[in-house]
Amino acid sequence: MKRELFLGNEAVAQAAIDAGISGVYAYPGTPSTEITEYIQQNSLAVERKVHSKWSANEKTAYETALGMSYAGKRALVCMKQVGLNVAADVFMNSAITGIHGGLVLAVADDPGMHSSQNEQDSRYYGQFAMIPVLEPSNQQEAYNMTYEAFQLSEQTQLPVMLRLTTRLSHSRSGVWRREVLQPKTLRLPKNSKQFLLLPIFARKNYARLLEKQVPLNLLAEQSKYNFFRDGQDHSLGIVCCGLAWNYVQEVYAGSAIPFPIVKISQYPLPEKLMGKLYESSDELLVIEEGYPLVESQLRDFFGKGKPVHGKLDGWLNRYGELTTDQVGRALKVEYDAVFESPDCVVPRPPSFCMGCGHVDAFVALQEAVAEFGEGHVFSDIGCYALAALPPFESIYSCVDMGASITMAKGAADAGLFPAIAVLGDSTFAHSGMTGLLDAVNEHTNMLIVISDNKSVSMTGGQDSAATDILETICVGLGVDTRHIRIVVPLKKNYAEMVRIFKEEIAFVGVSVVIPRRECLQRAARRLRQYRIRRTK
Amino acid sequence: MKTDLIIAGVGGQGILSIGAIIGQAALYDELEIKQAETHGMSQRGGAVVSHVRLSDQPVYADLIHRGQADLILAVEPMEALRQLPFLKTDGYLVTNTEPFRNLSNYPSRSEIQEAFDRLPHVLLLNATDIAHQTGNPKASNLVMLGALSAFIQLSLHAFETGIESVFHLKGQNVIDINQKAFIAGREEALSQLGSSRQTG
Repeated sequence: MKRELFLGNEAVAQAAIDAGISGVYAYPGTPSTEITEYIQQNSLAVERKVHSKWSANEKTAYETALGMSYAGKRALVCMKQVGLNVAADVFMNSAITGIHGGLVLAVADDPGMHSSQNEQDSRYYGQFAMIPVLEPSNQQEAYNMTYEAFQLSEQTQLPVMLRLTTRLSHSRSGVWRREVLQPKTLRLPKNSKQFLLLPIFARKNYARLLEKQVPLNLLAEQSKYNFFRDGQDHSLGIVCCGLAWNYVQEVYAGSAIPFPIVKISQYPLPEKLMGKLYESSDELLVIEEGYPLVESQLRDFFGKGKPVHGKLDGWLNRYGELTTDQVGRALKVEYDAVFESPDCVVPRPPSFCMGCGHVDAFVALQEAVAEFGEGHVFSDIGCYALAALPPFESIYSCVDMGASITMAKGAADAGLFPAIAVLGDSTFAHSGMTGLLDAVNEHTNMLIVISDNKSVSMTGGQDSAATDILETICVGLGVDTRHIRIVVPLKKNYAEMVRIFKEEIAFVGVSVVIPRRECLQRAARRLRQYRIRRTK
Repeated sequence: MKTDLIIAGVGGQGILSIGAIIGQAALYDELEIKQAETHGMSQRGGAVVSHVRLSDQPVYADLIHRGQADLILAVEPMEALRQLPFLKTDGYLVTNTEPFRNLSNYPSRSEIQEAFDRLPHVLLLNATDIAHQTGNPKASNLVMLGALSAFIQLSLHAFETGIESVFHLKGQNVIDINQKAFIAGREEALSQLGSSRQTG
């Protein structure tokens, strides 16, 4: 066998396939998307008919994965950090039901907000649900820990969280694979009440979850991914969580790390291991990617114990991504940067692709709402959020999946006219439908623009759950067919688009305008694949 | 042997492809590799950067420390300059000179040239022109990768294998035109290096 070059995400995907999963469930979201994409394209996964179609959102993804676990098979569920908010209900409860077939949640956090609206730390969710959390420090560990996570899940009868961050998800390295396991066979849970969270059963399940905390701690103490290494200089002890390990190694590359150090890649935090470091050091430094979770746990409230340094006292930045520079600064090992980037270098933010249909829709919408002034357009998560940047600067909200419709509704309830929501087809299918139902039921006076490019584009052109059924969904939710208007967003149709927008703004009630033109990137990709197939 | 590289450009210019080729080439030559890249929102015409670290020893961090890159390879000149804080004192800047203008406040050619003139080791080539001449205007990234091959210790065969493995799904024709662009970039860089060594 030879080493293969894998992104952190691909290592997770390959490990899950090798561990014999029967399904992956996910909604695309940077930095997690490539896990599912890899499984969709992997020949063994295809041959084994591993389920890999995209789910409508993270909640449906997680619930479906839990159903597969109920049926005794191994399932992987993937999302980005904010996706876990959407799936939080089932996630929290799956810790109480426990699992049957191994269930692993791979969640990718985005410290530094490269492609996200916040940098929330999913380890808190793991702690909240009281389940094991694994935090690999490199691609090989991402492979090994995913592979073993299914076993750990079945051993503890709990879902296991694999916590990734952007830097590991999107960095490649050579990875050794292990033996490919057979998928599990269909079998029902022994206890027919296990998944019944009626209070009478849930109380028993919850007590069992609490009892499991002692063995979970023991597993973390014994984990080969958590260890203590002594150093010469006991003035400081270092705690490295996940990726932080690499940065400390890097800072002291070529020489021994002078301080005692603990590496943590499996939670709950092992008490004895931490105690060993605490006893042998005068002060502690906690280096972790994301929020100061471990630092807060180690720092006692009244500050009477040994000093604990990290993000809370400014040794490390409170927000943003960890870097070697930053860790070097905290450890007082620094290198000079001799060159500066000259003043003529200007920011190059992302922008709409040339010829994008969203652009044509926005230009027309802008004209139609010009007479009402600023502040009327609520938007959502997707490429069209780029309309917040120059030259458009024509949307006023982008908060969470589906919030365009509901925020516009709330503003309309408050008396704002016109109240307009702009979102994409996939975002609508993800979380817009229920908001639309609220608006229909209350005859809210608002306009909803579903800019349909038949694709989940920001994440790379995945299939949208709403393709070809968007009008049917709107009709089904009760929107009057006379106020579901389809337009083709092209320059030649500007006048028509402006007229339709104006008519539907004037209509008192719920209207839906659907500018529909396929994403150019997706169309180009489709064409390329067609050409390749033809030449073969 | 240890080489730390920064690869810079604009989303859509194929930065991820050349990063992946270097990664495959490094594995072929049995080196340790870490290659961090930008996905997501920035791929829509924004600034894109990839950190590539090669060594015959274990590589730990996925990111390069500021002031520690041996070389900046850029498919776009302003993006090359954006990454300067990563460059070592004696590091090399190797860049395409042809701007990608999707900005109204893009700097003038002379401003960019002045910034290059202040650096000790620069290799400039018009990769866009060279790519055109090889019959594949989109392959300026491969031209730059070819230029890179004149600097780093990866075998030519490793690069060829990398190109093949990254483009194999796209068919032999795509592999061939990319190999051609790679060779053209390599020859241009070697000839510039050769003449500078002769005169210097």
